[in-house]
Amino acid sequence: MTTTGSFDDSLFARGDSLLKRASDDVPEKIIGTILFACALVSVVTTFGIVAIIFKETVAFFQEVSFGQFFLDTQWTPLFNPPRFGIWPLINGTVLTTVISMVVAVPLGLSSAIYLAEYATPKAASILRPAVEILAGIPTVVYGYFALIFLTPLLRNFLPVEVFNALSAGLMMGIMITPTVGSISLDAIKSVPRSLREGSYALGITKLETIFKVVLPAALSGIMASIILGVSRAVGETMTVLIAAGAQPRLTFNPLESIATMTAFMAQVSSGDAPRGSFNFKSIYAVGAVLFLITLALNIGSYWISNRFKEKYD
Amino acid sequence: MVKSSPARDTAVFNDRLESRETIGKIYEYIFLIGLLIGLFVLALLLLNVFHDGLARLLTPGFLTETPSRFPDRGGIRPAIIGSLYLGVIVILVAVPIGVGAALYLEEYAPKNWWTALIEVNIGNLAGVPSIVYGLLGLGVFVYLLNFGSTLLSGALTLSLLSLPVIIVAAREAIRAVPDSLRQASYGLGSTKWQTLQHHVLPYAVPGILTGVIISVSRAIGDAASLVVVGAVSFLTFDPGLFERFMVLPIQIFSYVSRPEPGFANAAAATIIVLILLIMALNAIAIYLRQRYSTPN
Repeated sequence: MTTTGSFDDSLFARGDSLLKRASDDVPEKIIGTILFACALVSVVTTFGIVAIIFKETVAFFQEVSFGQFFLDTQWTPLFNPPRFGIWPLINGTVLTTVISMVVAVPLGLSSAIYLAEYATPKAASILRPAVEILAGIPTVVYGYFALIFLTPLLRNFLPVEVFNALSAGLMMGIMITPTVGSISLDAIKSVPRSLREGSYALGITKLETIFKVVLPAALSGIMASIILGVSRAVGETMTVLIAAGAQPRLTFNPLESIATMTAFMAQVSSGDAPRGSFNFKSIYAVGAVLFLITLALNIGSYWISNRFKEKYD
Repeated sequence: MVKSSPARDTAVFNDRLESRETIGKIYEYIFLIGLLIGLFVLALLLLNVFHDGLARLLTPGFLTETPSRFPDRGGIRPAIIGSLYLGVIVILVAVPIGVGAALYLEEYAPKNWWTALIEVNIGNLAGVPSIVYGLLGLGVFVYLLNFGSTLLSGALTLSLLSLPVIIVAAREAIRAVPDSLRQASYGLGSTKWQTLQHHVLPYAVPGILTGVIISVSRAIGDAASLVVVGAVSFLTFDPGLFERFMVLPIQIFSYVSRPEPGFANAAAATIIVLILLIMALNAIAIYLRQRYSTPN
């Protein structure tokens, strides 16, 4: 029997098969299996990521000890003798991430509050997609803008280096604003109207209601959005590679050139890192640290939004 | 009933309502400014890119020639072709798998720990950085399956990157299909797959399309994973499926990494092409969404 014919065809063609149960149908079973296989692809992907990173990271640690990796404060794999302290790379990632969140959290939250509480539905229907365009712009473009426009602009006021963490971090913040904004907006919108009206009835102003009633009620969603924003900032590659440089340093001076974990990985891979070479293994070792950090952040965000979600029905 | 004396109340409690409302008004503008800063930077970025790149974009041959070592000569044809190839392959690979996975999770999956595991797993995959997908692509497609640093390896890596977004969007769209539609179809004797194929999927198409376009735009704009997989920064021939390749974001990265001033303009011109390509994709999505969402 066919599953693709039009309704009339299949009705006549099937005849007595109308008495059959759908669960006996062979194509039905095959389709169920095919769809299951599609869902399995995502599990296999995760397994593949974990397996490949684990394999190369183990190979890395056969040549470099844990002590050298986690206790040294220099990252100079190409020097002689090479040194493999991961901290300068983590330092670079933390620095750019902090700068970007200083931008993204206030801007994202203001956008969310304005769109949810003040904007007319018509204005919100235009402004929300407009803000979300920022999330759709490729990250190389932010890198370009940071290097070509923002850094020269900053040089008018600050002694920034050509490559610097500040410029890259600021652009990353703009890029992450919609991530923080969208999820916070959904959280704020899901706070029931009755809570606000109860507050107004007590003679409390709109702004006080927002700060004392609405935001606390939406806190789990807001926290989750911020953690997701941090996760995006930690994993962001092209902006920092283009605008923040490739200079692993232990510094919290945003005016200097630094290197993040992602920038190191991209820089080494775009050069020469044949399979089995030490460079090849080192990008997987750094990748393992990056993967674990983002995984912990993603799980944290998921956990917070489920654990502390206020239920109002 | 208790009689209240207004005069006495105000003496005890001053609500300062006027000043509180004024502060409220001030904050409303602060929130609005927070919103507008993002839009202002977006406008500035686009203006800057068009200002720097338009002249170079209009140089004869920029879209049709291969790159040159000189900033004001040559073009970006291999990158355009590479990006189009990648977009098409990602749609062909990721969309069927993504929609299939969504159908399984919404319509077939039993409620047990295994399904819960798949769901949590997809949520986590959506948050894995692009460069980590690059590590996967390099290890599995380039070396383990021995495809080399080819267009195929890049396309498969980006397909995996796109998958979680497509699955999440497709699930939401499928979930939004009213149950009465399914019941009516079953009531007429349709099998499960007939119901899904003829009633549930057509109804869910607009929502699925939105997810597809978002994820394909992300794939076309992605550079980090492809840098790791081994896209080249200079290519003088049109890439084929089993050849080394480059794409628009990598071309931009390559131009912007060079110190000579003219290359910045070439980078800006390439950005215009990339942004126009992504805008065209979104326009197609909006058109298709409106076309399919009218009841037929």
